[in-house]
Amino acid sequence: MKYAKKIGQTLLIALFWLSVWHIAAWRVGKPALLPTPWAVLVRLVELMQTAAFYKTTLTSLWNILLGILLAVLAGCVLSMLTACSAVARRLFFPVMSVIKATPVASFIILALIWIGSARVPTFITILIVLPVLWTNLDTGFTSMDPKLGEVAKVYRFSFWKRIRLLILPSLKPYFVSACRTSLGLAWKAGVAAEIIAMPRNTIGAMIGDAKQYIQTADMFAWTITVILLSLVIEFVFAALFDKATEKTGKKARVYAEH
Amino acid sequence: MLNIENLSFSYDQKPVFTGLNLTLSPGERIALMGPSGCGKSTLLQLIAGLLSAKEGTLQKGYSKLSYVFQEPRLFPWLTVKQNLEAVLTSKEDATERIAEALRLVRLSDSADLYPEELSGGMKIRASLARALVNQGDLFLLDEPFASLDLELREEISIALRKELGRRGSSAILVTHHLEDAKRFADRIVLFDDLKK
Repeated sequence: MKYAKKIGQTLLIALFWLSVWHIAAWRVGKPALLPTPWAVLVRLVELMQTAAFYKTTLTSLWNILLGILLAVLAGCVLSMLTACSAVARRLFFPVMSVIKATPVASFIILALIWIGSARVPTFITILIVLPVLWTNLDTGFTSMDPKLGEVAKVYRFSFWKRIRLLILPSLKPYFVSACRTSLGLAWKAGVAAEIIAMPRNTIGAMIGDAKQYIQTADMFAWTITVILLSLVIEFVFAALFDKATEKTGKKARVYAEH
Repeated sequence: MLNIENLSFSYDQKPVFTGLNLTLSPGERIALMGPSGCGKSTLLQLIAGLLSAKEGTLQKGYSKLSYVFQEPRLFPWLTVKQNLEAVLTSKEDATERIAEALRLVRLSDSADLYPEELSGGMKIRASLARALVNQGDLFLLDEPFASLDLELREEISIALRKELGRRGSSAILVTHHLEDAKRFADRIVLFDDLKK
């Protein structure tokens, strides 16, 4: 009953905003400027009936997921390095600050010159996700409870036991938080990179093309596709995380969420 | 078991104690008493190797240490049972050893609870059970009975004394309570006397 009420409320909110959109489109009266929700839905269904839609979607999905995966791996290795060495931390700290402060568009243009259009989305995704991952894991390492470290020392924990029972559980909340933040950012930056770099068979290139030919309904349809993909990935990640924490118990999940 | 000679320790050049001497024989249990801040817990940390002294000698004759810290220091993501399993080096008799340790501290019904589900006293008892499961030949006990009610305090201190006696383990108990010291230890040592 509670679940049905929640769904009902969500549908009502969606209906409200779709109505606002529809009225705005009707008032503007120019589909090239603002198409109606119905026109966008029709176009999305048309696109979904073509094989190119799935090829395009999968290419973008691959570009961005590969970037996220590589950034996560690099972030983990780098944070371990900077946690172990103060020199490494001092060395990489300004690099991460510069990456965070630099406009994404500047990186996209530079990457386009350096590595060619096909790899730009993955490269940009790495650049966006890596500092988020590193900053969160670095905070995790520095806020690790030294008293638990003393317990591990007194009871002579082996290297692997220390990793398994102390370091990984301590870092888990920071890692999960970093991944959740990164997923949304990765999609935004990855698609932006595709729009500027225009690699073949990507969502960004389709949005770029639609802009070129003022096919506004297409732009909306592809943007909705990106939003849906981002939501699905976030949902899958949350489900995977919940399943992983279920194994270590209810309280462990509560701890991780705080 | 332990021989300390002329040991001195300072925090940021501020001396905590100087010229401290202490000898502990195998199987001996002593209670260390003294005013707050005199360096009792610091001495335990020095013995455990968590701090290092700049002057004096600390000869260690034990092979395995069990330490009950002033705070419970349980891993919050592990259940009581998993916290005990964490310090085991072999799985042999693990179930029996854990059950026995939990029974001794009267926590048999709480094995599957997480630390945040335990009261302060239960956490300390879990920490005590962890030390017992580790089967050290030297026990460092930093006010382990402080947060227990009188009945439990008496029961557990006597049970712990018996158990350590059965195993032949040595122990240093830091306490502010003379009754605890008398119940548990073979010898009561005043911290100031160690400096003579």
